Amino acid sequence: MLTYISIIVTAIFINNIVLAQFLGICPFLGVSKRTDSALGMGAAVTFVITMATLVTWCLQTYVLDPLGLQFLQTILFILVIAALVQMLEIIIRKIAPALYMALGVFLPLITTNCAVLGVAILVVQKGFTLGESLTYAVATSIGFALAMWIFAGIREQLALTSVPRHMKGVPLALVGAGILAMAFMGFSGIKIG
Amino acid sequence: MKKKLKIVWDGILPSNPVLVLLLGMCATLGTTSSALNGLMMGVSTLLVLICSNSVVSMIKSLVPDKVRIPVFIVVIATFVTLLQLAISAWAPALNESLGLFIPLIVVNCILLGRAEAFASRRPVLDSALDGLGCGIGFTLALTLLGAARELLGAGSLFGIRIYPDDYAMLLFVLAPGAFIALGYMIALVNRLKH
Repeated sequence: MLTYISIIVTAIFINNIVLAQFLGICPFLGVSKRTDSALGMGAAVTFVITMATLVTWCLQTYVLDPLGLQFLQTILFILVIAALVQMLEIIIRKIAPALYMALGVFLPLITTNCAVLGVAILVVQKGFTLGESLTYAVATSIGFALAMWIFAGIREQLALTSVPRHMKGVPLALVGAGILAMAFMGFSGIKIG
Repeated sequence: MKKKLKIVWDGILPSNPVLVLLLGMCATLGTTSSALNGLMMGVSTLLVLICSNSVVSMIKSLVPDKVRIPVFIVVIATFVTLLQLAISAWAPALNESLGLFIPLIVVNCILLGRAEAFASRRPVLDSALDGLGCGIGFTLALTLLGAARELLGAGSLFGIRIYPDDYAMLLFVLAPGAFIALGYMIALVNRLKH
């Protein structure tokens, strides 16, 4: 039980995927102008990361490892992820057209969101069991959604402030993300078990 | 000749993938804790980019339009796997320091972006040159950012001590420093553009 709690707290706060591990920066900067689309993106990424981890973990354990084909890992994983994203795109377009419009080009780009491939490879490297892998995947996605949501809130405020012309937009957002990352570093003192 | 040079030059400065187009941010932030790491990551990506651009350009007329993205990704993933095997065989120390970011070259937006926007509609030589230009631009940005972070955060440059590390701001080697340094670097480029 303690392992699971430790995985969850570490993935969400201590080793946050965006702010400490630098994965998933593109959507983090791209879709974080409004809090509601940031949450939509967070939900979509959660789905893809969890499904992708489930499928890739099984493929790694039952196909690649027994056959000694570990070198195919990268190619196989990215294909699984691309297929999942395609599926998600069809589903969202059908059931939530408004969200589909809001996410725009960033929805197909989840394929090239390094967080998805990153988590799939990390759980294999860390040697997690299936249960631990899925816990890690869900917790990481929550960490991603949390960081996006806080950051979107900050950017909504930033949009109203007057800043030097050359700092407008991405540069200021990056400095803001840096300060947010500094705040998250405060969690690194937490120890479990 | 002048045209070919322009293709290379375009990727280096006028449309630098990191500083102007803002692509490939994950690798940019994640691997630039020192100038050497940034340089190595840049060169690794440069190699994959030239190979993938050339091959995509060679097979462009054979690939049906609807499945082109998955095909491009497989081409890129193949070269990344080759690079991964080569690095773990010949430079295990590099494998250690770049870690997860080597396989993650696959999902670097620059590679798919160049394949889709340039290589899928241009001849092979032009595509290879475009890969070279963008790769150099990427390497340049990463090395600069790595150098700035190493200098501010550790007081050294490419491992050579410039000033005592008692005066260095450790923050710049850690995660927050990456965001802040890149933010100011892009602001500086914005300033120079105008």
